Amino acid sequence: MNYLVFIIGFLLLVLIGAALYAVYQKDLLYAVIATGVISLALTGLFLVLQAPDVALTEAAIGVALTTIIFIITIRNTVRYEDEKDNVKK
Amino acid sequence: MDIIFYITIGLLSLGMIFSIIRFIKGPTAGDRTVALDTMTTLMVAGLVLLSAVFDRFIYADVALIYGVLGFIGVIVIARYLEGAL
Amino acid sequence: MSIYEIIGGILILIGASFLFLGGLGIYRMPDVYNRLQAGTKATTLGAMSLILGVGVVKMEDSWTWIVKMAIIIIFIAISNPISSHALARAMYHRKRMPYIKGDPDKMDAYKDAVAEQEKAEDKKD
Repeated sequence: MNYLVFIIGFLLLVLIGAALYAVYQKDLLYAVIATGVISLALTGLFLVLQAPDVALTEAAIGVALTTIIFIITIRNTVRYEDEKDNVKK
Repeated sequence: MDIIFYITIGLLSLGMIFSIIRFIKGPTAGDRTVALDTMTTLMVAGLVLLSAVFDRFIYADVALIYGVLGFIGVIVIARYLEGAL
Repeated sequence: MSIYEIIGGILILIGASFLFLGGLGIYRMPDVYNRLQAGTKATTLGAMSLILGVGVVKMEDSWTWIVKMAIIIIFIAISNPISSHALARAMYHRKRMPYIKGDPDKMDAYKDAVAEQEKAEDKKD
């Protein structure tokens, strides 16, 4: 039962680190890639915590749908946070 | 059989740590996307291994869905970098 | 230990070694093309070997595991080269220079080749 504690701790560290990286990053494309890492760690965490249906939903939505919607948003607005003044109409 | 599982989980964790270091250090967006792609493959292998450790047949479906859908995000990011989305 | 566990354990250890080497190659390689090479090919082989090893270990009890493992292997073999190809194509269209150690003449030759290709593409349009 010891290795489960190791896996949960490792995935939680990856999750928190990727979330802090996504919050404090000025380049929004890097933040979107960090969102992919968050969903990856969360899928493994849900499977270890004996919830395979939630992990299935997270794998289907977090990997494909979230990335596509955020990339389309970045393409229609701006990529860097400093460019808020000249938003493309 | 347990010692093989321990060694495999340790090696997978080390590979994921190296990918995370490259994800933090990487100079451009391409390097970070390559790190994400590698971590996706590592996580598919880890999910299959965990389903074998827990001895539940239904847990392997998560790895199947992740292997089917995991490459769509990388393709969308690559098409955006190419400028052809 | 039965014969299935021995063969499957060897396959799992080979796959784990290749996955670890893929992660190490991601960290050590100097260029995005080399990182793509290490991070996609080595990890594809490692994941295939590990999943096949899990199927062989579970084959002692029932034959349903190896069928699902074969389906996962087929999907990995389809989807992993597609993402790798898309990334390499994006980096090539953004004119990322590959890392050439030492020799500056080769770097100039590559720059000339890229310039000639740009000129040809402009002529085509």
